[in-house]
Amino acid sequence: MSEHVEQASEHAAEHPGYGTFIKVWVALVVLTGCLVGMSLVSQTYAVWGLLTLTPLKAGLVFYFFMHLRYEGPLFKVVVLVTLGTLLIFFALLFSDVAFR
Amino acid sequence: MSTQASTAQPSYLVDTGTRKGLMAWLTTTDHKRIGLLYLYAMLTFFFVAVGIGFVMRLVQLTTFQHLITARTYNALFTVHGVIMIFLFVVPGIPAVFGNFFLPILIGAKDVSFPRLNLLSWYVFMAGAIFAVLSLFTGGGAPDTGWTFYAPFSLKTGTNVSLAVFAAFVLGFSSMLTGINFITTIHRLRAPGMKWFRMPLMCWALYSTAWIQLLATPIVAITLVLVILERFFGIGIFDPAKGGDPLLYQHLFWIYSHPAVYIMILPAMGVITEIIPTFAKRPIFGYKAIAFSSMSIAGVGSLVWAHHMFTSGLSSLSVMLFSLLTMIVAVPSAIKVFNWVSTLYKGSIDFQPPLLFALTFIFLFCIGGLTGVMQGALAINVHIHDTYFIVGHFHYVMFGGTGMALFAGLLYWFPKMWGRMYSRKAIYASWFPMFIGFNMLYFGMMILGMMGMPRRYYVHLPQFHFMHVVATVGSWFLVLGLLMFFGTLIYAMFKGEKAEDNPWGGVTLEWTIPSPPPQENFEEIPTITQGPYHFVQQEGKS
Repeated sequence: MSEHVEQASEHAAEHPGYGTFIKVWVALVVLTGCLVGMSLVSQTYAVWGLLTLTPLKAGLVFYFFMHLRYEGPLFKVVVLVTLGTLLIFFALLFSDVAFR
Repeated sequence: MSTQASTAQPSYLVDTGTRKGLMAWLTTTDHKRIGLLYLYAMLTFFFVAVGIGFVMRLVQLTTFQHLITARTYNALFTVHGVIMIFLFVVPGIPAVFGNFFLPILIGAKDVSFPRLNLLSWYVFMAGAIFAVLSLFTGGGAPDTGWTFYAPFSLKTGTNVSLAVFAAFVLGFSSMLTGINFITTIHRLRAPGMKWFRMPLMCWALYSTAWIQLLATPIVAITLVLVILERFFGIGIFDPAKGGDPLLYQHLFWIYSHPAVYIMILPAMGVITEIIPTFAKRPIFGYKAIAFSSMSIAGVGSLVWAHHMFTSGLSSLSVMLFSLLTMIVAVPSAIKVFNWVSTLYKGSIDFQPPLLFALTFIFLFCIGGLTGVMQGALAINVHIHDTYFIVGHFHYVMFGGTGMALFAGLLYWFPKMWGRMYSRKAIYASWFPMFIGFNMLYFGMMILGMMGMPRRYYVHLPQFHFMHVVATVGSWFLVLGLLMFFGTLIYAMFKGEKAEDNPWGGVTLEWTIPSPPPQENFEEIPTITQGPYHFVQQEGKS
């Protein structure tokens, strides 16, 4: 029982304050605004915006809201491997789309 | 390594819980029973698809339309492909032998998430039911081919939406199994079982699980986009709405080419277990085989566009993917060389599993080398969408994964059911299977070189002779399959009681009783050496 309480309090100590969450949320809203703005300018901007800002937004969500920040190195490496794989897929895909 | 052939636990085949019979099986969380649930379901689907393939070959016995209509022929090759790929070959070896043997091979009592394991079987069955329903509901069986290429799949009135949804659901089953295996290998290895003390089957399953986890979501979301496009016309793949049909092909093959490695890597794992046991030698180049599994998983995920060389890709893309395709042949060749090197100077015990393992190597080499040929653009454009491709991928999928599944069944049959089959009957089944296989699929490759396009329900007179050869081959093949499975099914019920270690294997599954007890081990073994430790035999050679 006491161990459980200790674990719970440790976990609670890991949580950032509401201030951090609100800052991250504001950043996400601003980035979404940027994406919408870029999509209104041209399709090319929209694509580049999606390719750069969306992963950034996802990263913020992973890092803060999904607590990747507090995980061990193995978890972080696994997430990086996954994102790296995605990046390679994008690069190979664009070797066709951009030079067709 | 401690051995413990006798145990007080009952066999996993005995119902000891509150539920008995079918209910005990349908609610089981025992990895071994779940492996068998997959096996029985998949073999049922396999024989349905074999039947469909058999009918398609009958259609090609004449040069004119007979037996079925052109539209039915389109539906048959689509359904044959969907069932074989999504319900048999992709889940195939990981779902059956992975579930049954992975925990035993690493010295664990079960997988990390036993309930999730059962859920993945139910999700698999749900996907299978959707796939079957798609044949009889809506506009009838889909006629797009198993690839569901846009824009045709967006426009056809057949029930593509449900078939695509079925593939989406089946993808989830695959991902759940992948998560389970990765976690199991990371967390549940027995004390002393370091990474390089794992049997190589585990490395193959580990590499496969990563592909399942990373690549399957891509096809899942792509298939959802097809459904959204069909219902709401969102225009992602439809060129009439500014969409890009080639994007569909990219997204589809980003999964579906690695899926080829989901299919073949575990098959290679099975062969890697069989060869040392019957050569009575440690595997040649353990680390090279382990790393080649990971390399195949990695590089194999980056070669998808070689399926699209004639679709109008950019020249840069064609060059890149051609190069990558050549590179992926290297780790595959490493495995083949290492298997053959293991046999060299071994004390060969020529039992049925080894016969089928050698058949795998022979057929896989033909399938693999004809694959490398197609990596070269100059050849690819000539044989693209011909029977050559059909012959090639059957050599890889059936000659590779299929034969490895059969070899694995023969190898582990005495362990799984505690009974032994008639070896003579299995040898007898091999002949029609091998001869029929090569008549059918080598015949197809010759047809392709002659210019016969795939997916045509009639053919010109100049192709007729080889079509007849291929069709007669299909009869031999089906005869061999019936003899093979007839022998095994008979042995399941009436076979002689098998010894705990009939082949003289040295990996952990051969240290426990046949059939295995419910929790596999009386106590978790402590591992002190590598997996293929044939000390006495090595001394002799």
